[in-house]
Amino acid sequence: MVRLITHNLLACHVKGCTTNNFPLTFQDVQIELQEAEFNPEFVRNLLSRLDWAALVDAAKQVGDTSLPPEEPEMMDDDLLKKLHHVLLEIHVIEGAMTCPNCKHVYPISNGIPNMLLAEHEIG
Amino acid sequence: MIPTPDLSHLTKYDYEHVYEPAGMSYYLALQYTFLLLDALEEEADEIKKDPPLICLEIGSGSGCVSAFLGAILRQLPVVQIATDINPRASLCTLKTGTRNKISIDPITCPLAQPLLNRLRHSVDILLFNPPYVPTGSEEAFDAQTRGDISGAWAGGASGMETTCCFLKDVETLLSDRGKCYLVALNQNDINGICTMMLDEFNLQSKIIMQRRAGREHLFIIRFSRTSNM
Ligand SMILES: C[S@@+](CC[C@H](N)C(=O)[O-])C[C@H]1O[C@@H](n2cnc3c(N)ncnc32)[C@H](O)[C@@H]1O
Ligand SMILES: [Zn+2]
Repeated sequence: MVRLITHNLLACHVKGCTTNNFPLTFQDVQIELQEAEFNPEFVRNLLSRLDWAALVDAAKQVGDTSLPPEEPEMMDDDLLKKLHHVLLEIHVIEGAMTCPNCKHVYPISNGIPNMLLAEHEIG
Repeated sequence: MIPTPDLSHLTKYDYEHVYEPAGMSYYLALQYTFLLLDALEEEADEIKKDPPLICLEIGSGSGCVSAFLGAILRQLPVVQIATDINPRASLCTLKTGTRNKISIDPITCPLAQPLLNRLRHSVDILLFNPPYVPTGSEEAFDAQTRGDISGAWAGGASGMETTCCFLKDVETLLSDRGKCYLVALNQNDINGICTMMLDEFNLQSKIIMQRRAGREHLFIIRFSRTSNM
């Protein structure tokens, strides 16, 4: 499933596309919510791996505006819960992700992104 | 004992298109998978002592190995990502995760290509049971571009072409405490691999398990930044 945690880790890998190739932009998405067990420590640990601005943007694209635009210095439980929901409970099932730089489109179907490239696009 | 993941949801069709190597019995192919499962089980205490945050399996196929790792980590929260060049394999991996109540995020892509930037020095457990059957380079290249069942086994020259590409990315991906587990054959020149990983990437190698299966001699090599773990 393309959860937003996964989306936050993906960049375009078309040959020569090396700047402004992250984050990919969601398009025509169909989402599904799946409850996951809340573990504040886990969410806190994930924070160190995240690009906050990319996450906030991606969340907006799938219709969630609960996160503040700037990464807060203090994370209270309430915010960690929102983060938990955004990162781990929103699943993109269908749609696509587009590279902001080269505009390559990576389709998502059955919850799986297809990021294979044609021969001439491989680096 | 950690039970082998439930794969009963996979159909004959799934097997034919995901993991039924031509010219090799399915039974033998399974020995590679099982050796990796056994190695992970042996490492389980070590792995759980310092719980991983991000795990990545390359070439997840049926999803059996990732589901098994998930079972070892049961109750510990973790992000498990699995890639494969075969879209049918990604789908099987997703289903196997669901069936075994393990959350696995599959991505259809070559190696860790779209993840290399963002997962730089972030992967705590990295797994790969690569295609290993020696074939012509062209055959391996075609298998890689087609992304079908032949990619499960066509390994190119010495069966090492995909593995060699993978080895170049290991250091980039591993976190400070990261461990990588790779399935290899004796024809793959195990000593050569270990020396290369030390000389070029300053990574330590350790053979943590080996076994004979038919005419093959299989190994699990573990790469890490320090040897005393
Ligand atoms: C030997 S099978 C291992 C399957 C499964 N992990 C297991 O152990 O049972 C190799 C898998 O790697 C995939 N594969 C081959 N080349 C790959 C590549 N360049 N990137 C990602 N996956 C690849 C194949 O499609 C196949 O599913
Ligand atoms: Zn691009």
